[in-house]
Amino acid sequence: MRLLTHNMLSSNIKGVTNGFPLRIEVEKVVEKSVDFNPDFLKNMLAKIEYKALVEASRIMGYAELPDHAEPSMLESDDFLRKFHHALMELHLEEGTLVCPQTGRKFPVNKGVPNMLLHEDEV
Amino acid sequence: MTSRPELKAPPEIFYNDEEARKYTSSSRIIEIQAQLTERALELLALPDDGVPKLLLDIGCGSGLSGETLTESGHQWIGFDISPSMLDVALEREAEGDLILGDMGQGLGVRPGVIDGAISISAVQWLCNADKSCHEPRKRLKSFFESLYRCLARGARAVFQVYPENLAQRELILGYAMRAGFAGGVVVDFPHSAKRRKEYLVLTCGPPSLSSATPKAKGEDEESCSDEESSGDEENQTVSISDRHRPRKKQKLNKKVKGREWVLRKKEQMRRKGNAVPQDTKYTARKRKARF
Ligand SMILES: C[S@@+](CC[C@H](N)C(=O)[O-])C[C@H]1O[C@@H](n2cnc3c(N)ncnc32)[C@H](O)[C@@H]1O
Repeated sequence: MRLLTHNMLSSNIKGVTNGFPLRIEVEKVVEKSVDFNPDFLKNMLAKIEYKALVEASRIMGYAELPDHAEPSMLESDDFLRKFHHALMELHLEEGTLVCPQTGRKFPVNKGVPNMLLHEDEV
Repeated sequence: MTSRPELKAPPEIFYNDEEARKYTSSSRIIEIQAQLTERALELLALPDDGVPKLLLDIGCGSGLSGETLTESGHQWIGFDISPSMLDVALEREAEGDLILGDMGQGLGVRPGVIDGAISISAVQWLCNADKSCHEPRKRLKSFFESLYRCLARGARAVFQVYPENLAQRELILGYAMRAGFAGGVVVDFPHSAKRRKEYLVLTCGPPSLSSATPKAKGEDEESCSDEESSGDEENQTVSISDRHRPRKKQKLNKKVKGREWVLRKKEQMRRKGNAVPQDTKYTARKRKARF
């Protein structure tokens, strides 16, 4: 699972009002290179919760993203490449996603988070 | 026995390792999934600006449908309830991210971030009650509400579905509308039993020009030069084929089904929690020619 997807997911448990961002517990990170597409990245920057991405990338061992993003940075190739790497190339392969409100753990195996809820969580 | 997989077992059981294996080994299945996905993409009508979009594939399974999305240059996130199917997707090195999840529990995705959603041959599964805690209506409601929330305004969702009957299609569409979607059903090749395919085309947001349901393929293959057909061009909001069909044909094609079949269907409906009339000596009796 890429941080792109982590940034879109939120805890879906019944009664949870603040399910984002899911906290990441890392066991294994893998990197896979992906074609760089500046247009896609520019569109994504408007949708991403940037602060959550910065935190997640640091937990995954990548500390290059600046604390804050501004629209002007879209002109910077250097920034776009870092943004690309954090968003598209870092995969949480093994680990856990934790609901920020309830502490419920969603395991991630072979890169696939198990978001299935128990009966009493629906 | 029925040939409808939904009636055999819950999806996470039906799509076991063996069934999932078929998805990599059957060139027929591979080709059909690709064709259905291409058509769904076409109906999604994404802006033609060459910029990759972020899409959802609901019931992404072995990732065959996702492969078509990747080939069109898009990024995608797939949800599926079957671990075996997702294992196959991993083996095939699907480019999208995979999530083990049950659409009937709602999609845990942030609001307004998704550019479009497709689903190939999966949504009809929601109409079954596979566990005692399952209420199909509640699950349809959770699913469509969560989908509506996570789509960007004006984005579309296109689902190729195999509804069991008209009532089931109306049920699915009804919950989509209640969640706020506009749209309707596109039936390709309505007159061919083999090629006939149904797509729900849903638009997120108030009805507008862009939410008019697109035209179906192969609708005119058989002449249906009824009184009605002339006005169809402008009125495309819902193109449900049965309404265009000459009356005589509808009758001819109906297979006569026996009392046993009716009783079995009624039992199935009861198990799904629908209100079904009692069985009596009148059940499935032949009607007089003029009813
Ligand atoms: C006909 S297969 C579609 C396969 C997929 N499009 C592909 O390319 O392999 C239907 C899929 O829907 C999934 N499905 C059924 N019910 C589901 C549910 N409630 N939530 C998520 N996925 C579901 C099944 O596990 C199965 O993989």
